[in-house]
Amino acid sequence: MTVDITTKYLGLDLANPLVASSSPLTSKMDTLFQLEEAGVAAVVLPSLFEEQIEHDAWAVYDLYEYGSAISPEAFGSYIPEMEGYNTGPEHYLELLEKAKNRLSIPVIASLNGMSPGGWTAYAKTMEEAGADAIELNVYRVATDINMTGSDIEKSYIDLVSDVKEAINIPLAVKISPYFSSLASMCRRMVEAGADGLVLFNRFYQPDINLEELKVKPDVVLSSPVNLRLPLRWTAILRGRIDASIAASSGVHTGEDVVKLILAGADVTMTTSALLKYGPTHVATVLFEMESWFSEREYQSIEQGKGSLSQASAADPEGFERTNYMRSLVTYSSRY
Amino acid sequence: MTAQYTMVDGNEAATRVAHAVSEVIAIYPITPASPMGELADAWSQVGQPNIWGVVPDVTEMQSEGGAAGAVHGALQAGALCTTFTASQGLLLMIPNMYKIAGELTPTVIHVAARTLATHALSIFGDHSDVMSTRQTGFALLSSASVQEAQDMSMVAHAATLRSRIPFLHFFDGFRTSHEVSKIETIDEATMKAMIDDDLIAEHRLRALNPNAPKLRGTAQNPDVFFQAREAANPFYNAVPGLVQAEMDKLADLTGRRYHLFDYRGAADAERVVVMMGSGVGAATEVVDYLVESGEKVGLLTVHLYRPFSIDHFMDALPDTVKSIAVLDRTKEPGAIGEPLYLDVVAAFAERGGGPRIVGGRYGLSSKEFDPAMAMTVFAELEKDEPKNHFTVGIIDDVTHLSLPIEAEWKEPEDVVEAVFFGLGADGTVGANKNSVKIIGENTDMYAQAHFVYDSKKSGAMTVSHLRFGPNKINSTYEIQKADFVACHQFNFMEKVDVLDIAAQGATFLLNSPYGPDEVWDHLTADAQRAIIDKKLKFYVVDAVSVAQAAGLGGRVNTVLQTCFFALAGVLPQDEAIQAIKDGIKKAYGKRGQVILDKNYAAVDSSLAALAEVTVPSQVTSTMELIPPVPAHAPDFVQRVTGMIAARKGDLLPVSALPVDGTFPTATTQYEKRSIALEIPVWDPEICIDCARCALVCPHAAIRLKVYEPSVVDNAPDTFQSKPWKGRDFEGMYTTIQVAPEDCTGCKVCVNVCPAKSKEEVKHKAINMVPKMDVLEVEKENYDFFLSIPEWDRTKTKPETVKGSQVLKPLFEYSGSCAGCGETPYVKLMSQMFGDRMIIANATGCSSIYGGNLPTTPYAVDDEGRGPSWSNSLFEDNAEFGFGMRLAIDQQAEMARDLLAELAPQVGGLAGEILDADQSDEAGLAKQRDRVAELKRILATLDSPEATRLDTLTDYLVKMSIWILGGDGWAYDIGFGGLDHVLASDRNVNILVMDTEVYSNTGGQASKSTPRAAVAKFASGGKPTGKKDLGMIAMSYGHVYVAQVSMGANMTQVAKAFAEAEAHDGPSLIIAFSPCIAHGIDMATMMAHQKEAADSGYWPLYRFNPNEEAEGRPAMKLDSRAPKMSFRDFAASEGRFAMLARANPEHYNELMDQAQHDIDNRWHLYEQMIHVERTAEFEDEEVDE
Repeated sequence: MTVDITTKYLGLDLANPLVASSSPLTSKMDTLFQLEEAGVAAVVLPSLFEEQIEHDAWAVYDLYEYGSAISPEAFGSYIPEMEGYNTGPEHYLELLEKAKNRLSIPVIASLNGMSPGGWTAYAKTMEEAGADAIELNVYRVATDINMTGSDIEKSYIDLVSDVKEAINIPLAVKISPYFSSLASMCRRMVEAGADGLVLFNRFYQPDINLEELKVKPDVVLSSPVNLRLPLRWTAILRGRIDASIAASSGVHTGEDVVKLILAGADVTMTTSALLKYGPTHVATVLFEMESWFSEREYQSIEQGKGSLSQASAADPEGFERTNYMRSLVTYSSRY
Repeated sequence: MTAQYTMVDGNEAATRVAHAVSEVIAIYPITPASPMGELADAWSQVGQPNIWGVVPDVTEMQSEGGAAGAVHGALQAGALCTTFTASQGLLLMIPNMYKIAGELTPTVIHVAARTLATHALSIFGDHSDVMSTRQTGFALLSSASVQEAQDMSMVAHAATLRSRIPFLHFFDGFRTSHEVSKIETIDEATMKAMIDDDLIAEHRLRALNPNAPKLRGTAQNPDVFFQAREAANPFYNAVPGLVQAEMDKLADLTGRRYHLFDYRGAADAERVVVMMGSGVGAATEVVDYLVESGEKVGLLTVHLYRPFSIDHFMDALPDTVKSIAVLDRTKEPGAIGEPLYLDVVAAFAERGGGPRIVGGRYGLSSKEFDPAMAMTVFAELEKDEPKNHFTVGIIDDVTHLSLPIEAEWKEPEDVVEAVFFGLGADGTVGANKNSVKIIGENTDMYAQAHFVYDSKKSGAMTVSHLRFGPNKINSTYEIQKADFVACHQFNFMEKVDVLDIAAQGATFLLNSPYGPDEVWDHLTADAQRAIIDKKLKFYVVDAVSVAQAAGLGGRVNTVLQTCFFALAGVLPQDEAIQAIKDGIKKAYGKRGQVILDKNYAAVDSSLAALAEVTVPSQVTSTMELIPPVPAHAPDFVQRVTGMIAARKGDLLPVSALPVDGTFPTATTQYEKRSIALEIPVWDPEICIDCARCALVCPHAAIRLKVYEPSVVDNAPDTFQSKPWKGRDFEGMYTTIQVAPEDCTGCKVCVNVCPAKSKEEVKHKAINMVPKMDVLEVEKENYDFFLSIPEWDRTKTKPETVKGSQVLKPLFEYSGSCAGCGETPYVKLMSQMFGDRMIIANATGCSSIYGGNLPTTPYAVDDEGRGPSWSNSLFEDNAEFGFGMRLAIDQQAEMARDLLAELAPQVGGLAGEILDADQSDEAGLAKQRDRVAELKRILATLDSPEATRLDTLTDYLVKMSIWILGGDGWAYDIGFGGLDHVLASDRNVNILVMDTEVYSNTGGQASKSTPRAAVAKFASGGKPTGKKDLGMIAMSYGHVYVAQVSMGANMTQVAKAFAEAEAHDGPSLIIAFSPCIAHGIDMATMMAHQKEAADSGYWPLYRFNPNEEAEGRPAMKLDSRAPKMSFRDFAASEGRFAMLARANPEHYNELMDQAQHDIDNRWHLYEQMIHVERTAEFEDEEVDE
């Protein structure tokens, strides 16, 4: 029996619930083609980092100024003036345009801004370049000890509403789980204009190199255990907010996708497994997922979507905090 | 047709035409002509076509000789060719110039005329280079201004095709080549009208072509050579007429009329000056002024110098002329007079009769030629017996040839003159170029900018001279009284008399951290007096704060530029602000919107921060200008060096200067430049005595000493000290001390320090602190440090890092760039062998920081020994050093022979000297003692042999010859000589400081430039791989070769230097030397070197032929197999990263190829460490 695996995300009709999230694989046309061919329903391009743009512009500026006119013999800059480079969003927009023109699946642009003007301006250019939707990648490490949680929350909410106002395409917000009241924060973001929420962001985390005694920030690939966090919050939010839910992190197998759909995700996003096994892994995941639904004679994944959300689960408390205590007891009792 | 104006410098003006009417361009960098090649290359790189729609093929050659050869070949094969050069480069072209002219081949060589090296190198302008080509058969066409540099370029290209005679078009280096001026452009239609297509077709028909075979370049015999040489006469006879015809054509097309000889002045002039080049500008102002005053004077400007047309010359001169002064910007020692003078004399001699003619020299090496000097010459001509063979512009108190300057000159009232004091690379020069462009291109006004530098590469002062006015500006000399003076660096106020140049009532803008109410108390008494006496309008702006608030960091040039426009009033304020913003967009638009936004913000907030200072009526300061050299400096340093350092070298008379270019060494110690804002301070608690900081310091400003503990008994309280930890100097104490006024603040030492505090990791054993917080304390500490006795050379191992660093650097405080990658090697070399070394230094960065006046970094030890240094040329350095070796060996041999002969009188000492082991410091020390004893004995002997030996005893102690230079020399221009010297069996040590570009001339690609790096002449990323110089040297088998990198393996560097010196044959050390051209933060240059080795990009090895004699393979790899990709290494360097941005696809291709280069090279080297080069032969059986 064939299962209808189509889904809707941010108002976009998708062929299935598997979306390739931001990664090096979505940064080049050849791997984008491979992802499409393997069956992903949509792609999220890597984030355009406003901070990176600014940093790059200054790096290039200083490259040309450093040592310039240092002596009468070296009158100009040491690096020859070059054509065809840019420090702005042009490369990104070029990729976006190419992806949009050459792929038949929806292309979602991702944006990590810095200044209020930057967020809205870049979002607009992304829309103009043809993005089907925009995903805001909002996260800052709040190191200012004078800034309160509500200050930060307000800045996020303002940001979402500013961007929403500036564009006419769907807007998703990829958030971090580090809010005191995540559920409330999600509601407010949706009210501010988010058409969907992506749960959750994963970031570069600092590590320490013991040899050199240096801080080395990098990102580690997710493992299946990372699924638990989005699973919980997808289940909690399902039915409580009027927006699409994308569950991201730890999606490695078809079963992972199934779990998230049952918890209430409209789509699932995967990166680490694709980086690990290659774009063709998409087909495997989709096959596993479809098999699960078809073996259990679901007609569509829509049928099962949210069937194990907190609102629909037989044991809704399982998604709440006591969960930890109980699992520990369960764990101990096994031996 | 409406005239189109633009603001360009002379180099660009000439190149605009040259690129547009050429098909093949062969180039090679040389100051001050490099920008012409760079522009031509850059335009072709971006596909800018010539007037026939074809992009000229621009190719860099290995030398100017190579460029001339390539031009010659391209001409023979039918292309339209040009090249650009100057000075020594032009000399290298001479052989081909004879050929090209002898074959009547049309081409143009554009020359930014520059001094030829004689007693000294000079990068500045005069006609000595051009004059040495006047016999080649090239036509010589002179331009006197930026406008002419464009127009004569056009005339030259047109006339060469018309006449078949090749042209050398020249204009004065720096004064014209680098002066930015408003010119009327020549458009494409005019160029097309000037170049006759039929002549091009004829040129192509003369080309070598197998379809119409011909032969050119025969060898001829006495029977016909002479006649054949005369056969070309008609072509030369025709040139003057043809050039004038082309000039007339240009006049019809553009309205700008020139003649072979342009006369300006009174129609009935009695006194006339004849000259060519930029000095004409100053002379023109004087002639106009004198004629207006009713004097009968005139100026004859020479454009076509060769062929010299007597008819045109005579026609141009008024018949009334009674006396002529011919001014030559060159010197020909031993000649009756300088060349232009002799030509004029000969012209009149041929015609019979004529006026009194005198000749004079002016302006050598860009010496100023100003209106007062021109007035002096006219005044001299009025005398009954004007001085002949005079000089003007200097004080000659030896042969008394100079004319005393008594005239005074006041520049035209309607010209605004502004002078800016900035720091090299602080953006002042760029902003000023921008300012003149704004005014020149946005208004009807004329504008001019000229820039003056000192000779340091770190902390250099730049002085920008800007003029603006309603009329064309002829003032080809520095501003003498400025209406506006800006000082962009507050600390200049304590060192330089910046207000000397301010005119009465001028405006003075000071970038000051002190506001209008407090700044007065921070000025010297001289500055206060000047402000009061000259009634200056005094403004301050805290440009650093404004720039920081706008998000520009410490980039202050936009702020100061805005303040200049506000105060100078050249444009209405609103217009000025908009024009500045437009200028910013033009200059930085490509860099990104954020750069523009922040600069705009700085423009908008600058004026609010600009404040006028209410000037008190009294001088209140007791501060004096810091003297350029201290009172304890030797007499010569006081009298001469100090004057040069104080920017008063122009005032030195002839008698003050050495007659043969010989200067004392060890003088940088007296020039305390104090340019660092932060300096490193030692924390002995954490230090592990690794000596790395001292080793890597590019400026010898971090010193290490070990000494007896009792030494610190007399130390200042703040002097830091600690017991030495290791066994090498057991029981001793040690100190790491900064030379606070010599440090450039480059931070290389701090970056390389491996010792970190356990409590706070960022705190190391050496840390940067604000200089002003510790300056006085550290000055006292450093003085004490210097008084500590130097360590005994015989009690250390100089071939180790620590062992070398306890020795005094005999190369100190050079003017190299802050964080220079070359100088740590030079310093190490000086520590290891400095007391017995002679250095041959190729022209380049190392000859500039090593030997550019005023002060010299090569130093002496306590016995007065130290490196003896000389620079010959760029191309001949290996041979130059080789010659030194021949001389040393020969004199040593003569000394040994004489000593053997005198052995009976000298006694056993003779044998001891002749058999001495000098392989280590102890052996050397003993030999020095023996030689001293020998000298005492010789003094008692009365024989011619003893007297002769007495002059040769120095050669009985081993001397070390070091041949130094960069990759431009070793890989390119000097490679032939280098190869020859390597092939010899002589004991020379060659140190190639490989920066992988021509660093000194601004970063042009050499054959050492790696694949994928962008450099000038390789702006698309170098498509080919780096030459493996070491491998070539190894192919000889007997050459010691080491590839080293201080940041990758310091121990290996010291070892390689020791082995190279010990090797009794040629040695080659190729040392990786990061450079600002790599686009890295130089503070981290040692880490970059490590990554270069880790990626296999710069493998370390030593190839020691002596190992083979011991039965071991000669090659040792000193770095491990690559553990990071080339891509990862390259990503951190701007030279690669820019290509990744500009052309990612090409970058990826080149990166893949470059990785292959690395993999292949490593693969080869890995095999080489197992290679036994010596074949084993079985003895043949021999019949008894």
